[in-house]
Amino acid sequence: MALGKITVDIERCKGCGLCIEACPYHLLELTPDYVNKKGYQPMRIHTPEKCIGCANCAMMCPDVCITVERL
Amino acid sequence: MAKVMMKGNEAMALAALKAGCKAFFGYPITPQSELPEYLAKHMHKYGGVFLQAESEVAAINMVYGASGAGVRVMTSSSSPGIALKQEGISYMAGAELPAVIINVMRGGPGLGGIQPSQADYKQITRGGGNGDYYVIAYAPEDLQETVNVIKEAFDVADLYRNPVMIAVDGLIGQMMEPVDVDMEVPKRDLPEKTWATTGTQGKRPPVNINSLYLDPLSLEKHALKLAEKYRLIKAKEQRYELVNMDGAELVIVAFGTMARITRSAMEILAQEGIKVGLLRPITIWPFPEKAFNEIPETAKGILCCELSTGQMIDDVKIANNGRLPVGFFGRTGGMLPEPEEIVNAVKAMLGGLKHE
Amino acid sequence: MSKIVFQRTKGLTEKEFSYCPGCTHGIIHRLVAEVLEELNLLDRAIGISPVGCSVMNYEFFNCDMQQAAHGRAPAVATGIKRVRPDAIVFTYQGDGDLASIGTAEIVHAAHRSENITVIFINNAVYGMTGGQMAPTTLVGQKTTTSPYGRDPKHSGQPIRMSELLATIPGATYVERVSVHDPANVRKAKRAVKKAFEIQMNGLGFSFVEFISTCPVNWGKTPQEALNWAKENMLSYYPLGVFREPKEDAQ
Repeated sequence: MALGKITVDIERCKGCGLCIEACPYHLLELTPDYVNKKGYQPMRIHTPEKCIGCANCAMMCPDVCITVERL
Repeated sequence: MAKVMMKGNEAMALAALKAGCKAFFGYPITPQSELPEYLAKHMHKYGGVFLQAESEVAAINMVYGASGAGVRVMTSSSSPGIALKQEGISYMAGAELPAVIINVMRGGPGLGGIQPSQADYKQITRGGGNGDYYVIAYAPEDLQETVNVIKEAFDVADLYRNPVMIAVDGLIGQMMEPVDVDMEVPKRDLPEKTWATTGTQGKRPPVNINSLYLDPLSLEKHALKLAEKYRLIKAKEQRYELVNMDGAELVIVAFGTMARITRSAMEILAQEGIKVGLLRPITIWPFPEKAFNEIPETAKGILCCELSTGQMIDDVKIANNGRLPVGFFGRTGGMLPEPEEIVNAVKAMLGGLKHE
Repeated sequence: MSKIVFQRTKGLTEKEFSYCPGCTHGIIHRLVAEVLEELNLLDRAIGISPVGCSVMNYEFFNCDMQQAAHGRAPAVATGIKRVRPDAIVFTYQGDGDLASIGTAEIVHAAHRSENITVIFINNAVYGMTGGQMAPTTLVGQKTTTSPYGRDPKHSGQPIRMSELLATIPGATYVERVSVHDPANVRKAKRAVKKAFEIQMNGLGFSFVEFISTCPVNWGKTPQEALNWAKENMLSYYPLGVFREPKEDAQ
């Protein structure tokens, strides 16, 4: 059972990848099969059950796309 | 209030205080340093803010900020310092910000001299800064008119949301004359400054003060809006004085100190039976084109007299529209003519009428 | 029972940032906006936008904003704060704006100890105009106007603004921070908060310099750019507090 949960505004995301590097458990990736309206591959969490809600991803996100909850 | 002998620079400063000016940002430069000095001493007594900025550039940007925050604000300088302010003035016109800017003109170009001139006419009326804009500019001739015009200028600036310049020269700044700073001047009906950055106070959405419009269609729309404003100002705010027009053989066009010297020349000419009239612009922008309709049929020519090598003469020719020959008389570099020099120029022109 | 521990701050408008992917402007805007919201300052904040990539940040901050001529933001801020002393006035400026054309204005605002907060974005290059050399460009760094690398004999050494301003008595609070990883981002936010608290308490001029990146003009991916900043900029531009009020002044 995950300790944390993230929600991503995928249309605002520019696929910059800073969050991917910031996640201590390497849970994030650029969505391989989706391109948003701006032409970017937005971020998604590939293993949500391991999220601890540390919010490091949100700390690094320059576009303020991520909302973080502690469950 | 009774008239009091005051130095021009100080009278101008006091006029601003009487008009409710609540902030002044400026920098010392001859021949207007007494103006900021007066405000350094007295501004706080009127509840206002005085600050000597690090440069004229900084000063005009402080004016931008204070004006954008909805406060009545002024700066003053002289020709080379006004040159420095052009960027800020253009930004203010673009952002539609009111302010009064006093230019106590001195000889130029460049560092020039410290004696009086009118050689900033083009800088003032053709817009020294970039883009499609104008500043409203008054060119009073004596201290009482200067004081009155400054008091009106704050209202005019607020009404049109545009910088207003007071174009005087070093003589007006330095001389002493009796002046009544409490003389009533016409007031304008002014709307509330809902556009100003006063902090939202949680009661309204944020406002922006800005002159950037990256989309060209938006910028065109904005420039056309300003152009319409200037068209309105041209229609309503031209100001001038006509002296001795009845039966005048020649009409002199002159403003400010040159107009005062012209008046003495006219007296000398009258004694010799030569009828000369004076068309005196009080606003140099908008230029008083309407006044040219009142030049009598008797006039054989126009003599443009300036403390420069000839800048207003272009506007004279445009307003004259080819009707009469236009001559020129000027002294520059800070030199002031004797009335006799103007008398001789008039006689020379009447003796051999030709276009300049 | 879940609890939101991070969400978009009310200090930002809904408008999408115009910045390049991975540009640290976005992080720093967010920090400033969060601090303004958390300290309850949005209602009386007036910010000044510079000329540079962030020229249009009047569209992003959820408070009154004035856009200023290049370099002049500290003078505009002075004009606003002197006539509206209860407003919380801040400027947000890049290296061209603050360290090149605006050197007179920033020095004198610090000198007068204007009660304003200055956020300085140092990314060692001119972003908006396409990657030219900045006063903060490192020795040897290649830019479009230093194509062979910055040569100090030709263009001088890069300028350290925090150290320079810290010599001025009026510069009450001067700190240099970075945003290259989450820990530094959190630390940077604390510096921004301190800066605004200095203003709230009327203690004078506060200045926070951010080591920032420009992925596009550095020719790097966003993460590569953060790494380059960490490995190359911090040794020349050390992080830390360079001037702060004495304990009893606070």
